[in-house]
Amino acid sequence: MSDPERPDPDALLAAIQKVEAAKKRGKLKVFVGMAAGVGKTYAMLDTARHIQAEGVDVVIGYVETHRRAETEALVAGLELIPRRKTDYRGTTVEEMDTDAILSRAPQLVLVDELAHSNAPGSRHAKRYLDVTELLEAGIDVWTTINVQHFESRADTVQQITGIRVHETIPDSILDFANEIELIDLSPEELRKRLAEGKVYTADRIETAASNFFRIGNLTALREMALRLTAERVDQQLQDYMAIKQIAGPWKSGERLMVAVGASPFSEKLIRWTRRMAYNLEASWLAVYVETAQPLATEAKNQLARNLALARSLGGEVLTITGHNVPEALLRLAHQRNVTQIVIGKPNHTPLQTVLRGGSLVDHIIRHSGEIDVYVVTGDQAQSDTRASALPLLPTVQAHSSWRGYLWAALFIGSVTLIDLVIVSNVSWINYQAVGLTELLAVLLVAVYLGRGPALMAATLSAISWNFLFIEPRLTFVISRVEDGILFFLYFMIAIFAGNMTARIRTQERLARYTADRTLALYALAHATATAVNMDDVLTTAIEQIRHIFKVEAAVLLTEGATLAGHPHGCSTMPLDDKEMSVAMWVFEHGKPAGRHTETLPLASAQFFPLLTPNRTVGVIGIRSQSDQRLSADEETLLETFVNQIALVIERELLDEAAQQSAMMRESERLYTTLLNSISHELRTPIAAIKGAASGLIPTQTNENRVTLIQDILSATDRLNRLVENLLDMSRLESGRIQIKRDWCDVGEIIGVALTQISDCGDDHPIDIHTDPDLPLVEVDFALLEQVIVNLLENACRYTPVGTPIAIRATHRNHQIVITVEDSGAGIPPDKIESIFEKFYRLPGTPTGGTGLGLSISRGFIEAHHGTITVMNRPEGGARFQITLPLQGSAPPVPEAAP
Amino acid sequence: MTTPADGIQILVIDDEIQIRRFLRIILETNGYAILEAVTGAEGLMKAAQRRPDLIILDMGLPDIKGLEVLRSLREWTTTPVIILSVFDTDQDKVAALDAGADDYLTKPFSTEELMARIRVAMRHAVPAEEVQVFQTGHLQVDLTRRLVTVHGELIKLTPTEYKLLHLLIRHAGRVLTHRQILREVWGKDSETQTHYLRVYFAQLRQKIEADPARPAIIITEPGVGYRLRVG
Repeated sequence: MSDPERPDPDALLAAIQKVEAAKKRGKLKVFVGMAAGVGKTYAMLDTARHIQAEGVDVVIGYVETHRRAETEALVAGLELIPRRKTDYRGTTVEEMDTDAILSRAPQLVLVDELAHSNAPGSRHAKRYLDVTELLEAGIDVWTTINVQHFESRADTVQQITGIRVHETIPDSILDFANEIELIDLSPEELRKRLAEGKVYTADRIETAASNFFRIGNLTALREMALRLTAERVDQQLQDYMAIKQIAGPWKSGERLMVAVGASPFSEKLIRWTRRMAYNLEASWLAVYVETAQPLATEAKNQLARNLALARSLGGEVLTITGHNVPEALLRLAHQRNVTQIVIGKPNHTPLQTVLRGGSLVDHIIRHSGEIDVYVVTGDQAQSDTRASALPLLPTVQAHSSWRGYLWAALFIGSVTLIDLVIVSNVSWINYQAVGLTELLAVLLVAVYLGRGPALMAATLSAISWNFLFIEPRLTFVISRVEDGILFFLYFMIAIFAGNMTARIRTQERLARYTADRTLALYALAHATATAVNMDDVLTTAIEQIRHIFKVEAAVLLTEGATLAGHPHGCSTMPLDDKEMSVAMWVFEHGKPAGRHTETLPLASAQFFPLLTPNRTVGVIGIRSQSDQRLSADEETLLETFVNQIALVIERELLDEAAQQSAMMRESERLYTTLLNSISHELRTPIAAIKGAASGLIPTQTNENRVTLIQDILSATDRLNRLVENLLDMSRLESGRIQIKRDWCDVGEIIGVALTQISDCGDDHPIDIHTDPDLPLVEVDFALLEQVIVNLLENACRYTPVGTPIAIRATHRNHQIVITVEDSGAGIPPDKIESIFEKFYRLPGTPTGGTGLGLSISRGFIEAHHGTITVMNRPEGGARFQITLPLQGSAPPVPEAAP
Repeated sequence: MTTPADGIQILVIDDEIQIRRFLRIILETNGYAILEAVTGAEGLMKAAQRRPDLIILDMGLPDIKGLEVLRSLREWTTTPVIILSVFDTDQDKVAALDAGADDYLTKPFSTEELMARIRVAMRHAVPAEEVQVFQTGHLQVDLTRRLVTVHGELIKLTPTEYKLLHLLIRHAGRVLTHRQILREVWGKDSETQTHYLRVYFAQLRQKIEADPARPAIIITEPGVGYRLRVG
């Protein structure tokens, strides 16, 4: 399968993507230290001052000097962004003002104490999320952190120092760091600084020295810090090698899987797995098996935290459903080619293990086949007692309320009573039959009331059977041995049968539950696939979500490039301004936010971006009526729903766009047809006139008649030109001028233009001069020809007969310049711009033009991105100048094939 | 006037009665016999039945597009066809010429233009013996010995320039589309490189025209191609 020598294409792609993404993001530099007081903030400030001197725009986002004199001295001289003061429950809390930094947009911002938790009411729960936002905005960030704040190290630190660290950040933040600088100090040095009062103020030195700052602690912490940096450097080296395709140790092809539960112990398992995966250079996944057994709220929250932790540490998180946990795990493991499974060592006593039919660990080990199994000890203080059993009995169904037990008791009681009555009155029915009826009763209880009541019923019926029916009656003593055996067997059968029946029942319910879930997704897909328009789609989608998840939903679509200002009409949940701003944040950042998330958790609703591979098409917000967090499985389903909805919305948008462009093409086609038909209709009679008139001339001998006919002919020519002008004007107005660019010789175009003005051209001597080395220019031949014809006609018509006209074509500065000069009266200076307007004719000029020529000319030239201007010559007369940009040059021209 | 066209029959296919009328009058005055057809279908039928010597085809017919009629005609006849078109439709003209039309006229046109085109078309329809020496204006070309003289002076043309000139001379008086010229001289792969023609014709004009800025021999037909003027 995968060749260990060849680079894994996914890894390569990931590494390259990381590099590319990193180019747009700001760069993160982390100053790491082993403990407070080693000088991280000091080093950061010092280096910042140096590069500020080199001209980089540096500001301080948040710096905690701890009132250390040396550090405070460095703050002076750097611009400080004031902290944001918020009022929280009566006290004023100061936090870093992320928005102020974003609007200030410096090149670099210094943010101390990356692991800090923000006060409630801040946009993000943790400062590192703020820093992520700053990086994504393209601002470089320098920050400080102690090794104890990394999640994967927190446990070890606690073990070493005995101090529980609360503010942790995920290790993956280091993946974003472009540089790590380790501020290292020997423990003895640090203790000396402590004693000198350079770390804490005098009152705290004593306690610090004896607790945290012991040599043993510091040494261990130092090693951790060094290790962390070394790991990180190793990772960078790996990435570098991956990108440069240098052969080296690649991902080993191992894959780890850790079974996650709802207990705090899973956290440790997850961290352990991550560290192991890192050392083995393997990928890892965290799996939670959801059974029909629902969890208490606290357990649900813990589970969500565990899964979030796994995600943030970089593992793949999967939630699967199944009744039999070990079987489900193993099935998944085989599917995903897992090579090692990590599970926790159980805390149950051996008896519990037997009663459970073997522990999880045993089952997995027994059936693991080729897969290695790692069994990790749990912390003795934390056993998963939450969802667990009474010590002796198997687990009790948490949801069977006390009502179930009551009914079970009543039922057994009544059956017993009936039996008593029967036995007393019917002689041939004795205690064995009673036993069997009681057994049947227990089975019925198992089917209808669940496992717990069934087990209770089993016990109860066994006891009452013993007491009331077995000789000697009304005692708990059993006289005959076979009765004793009978009793014992009865009890066993009752327990197991009850268990089994209950299990079948729950399995059936689970299957139905899963089927319902799949059906829900199918229903959504089907309903939205057949939806007719956007409204339909959204109404259906929102209805489905409401129905399945019991939440109210609001959908916001895009309007242009940003989010619409109000929810779509089919939303069932109104949004106020605060919620709108949360939605806006989600839209801009493409990540979920709101209730039950780490960002803006105080909002009343949870918002998800509607993401498609190309873009974000909108935002959906949901608010559950009971404000309860969704279960892990429900959240996965919701995510799938949201993705589906996003795809359907995009499909609708694409449909609309396609329709629009089809309409545009149609209107384009209609316009062209119309124009063509008008053109044809106008020219046909003109052609008839010209044809007939010119056909007449040879037949006429009378000079007057010939003159008249020639007038008809010149009139038709004028009319023809007028039709041309009007059609051109109409095309220009509607913006439908299509330039057919081709490499043209300006001299040639001028030559053709000259043949078009034959009548008035005879009245003026026209002097032509084109540069001999004039390059070819990419223009529309016909349009440029028309422009030159226009200019020449104007020159002929509006200047006295016999006056010279000059045409020049040259090139300079990547432009072609064509000028037409006359020696007439020139243009009045105040009318110089106006003559290019439509229908404008200079006052006092002889009639005979439409006034369209120059405006059409300007339209044509501007469509080529050129300019046309006019000015008066010092010698008298007007000079019209056309400039056309020269972009590139024509390809070389070969000789012909022989 | 001399009427060189005795017995020559021209088929006019045009849906406008006025156009047909003045064409009839002019052509008959000049000695041609004329057939009329109002639609493309009728035109094709009459062309097949009566075998005219020249066909004048309007591109704006109501039933079948002019191009289709031309293609149908060219499937079985080499009768010269002159197309009548309206100004704006450059592409139609070029397409028709490439599909086999011999020449074109733009409405509105004058009778002189019409007669000139007809004469040229008829001349090329009759396979003449190889012309040895071609002459127009002050240009003289000895085709057997490949000598070109302008105003009696011998001028030197590059092989490509000569090839171009020769092609024009072979079709003297008729329009040649860019594509046709490029294909003949540079080969099929260069059919779209119109800028070759700009460069070479500019060079050729410099050598053989009296006033290269106002060419009198090699005429540019804008948007369509080039024509060598005769007479």
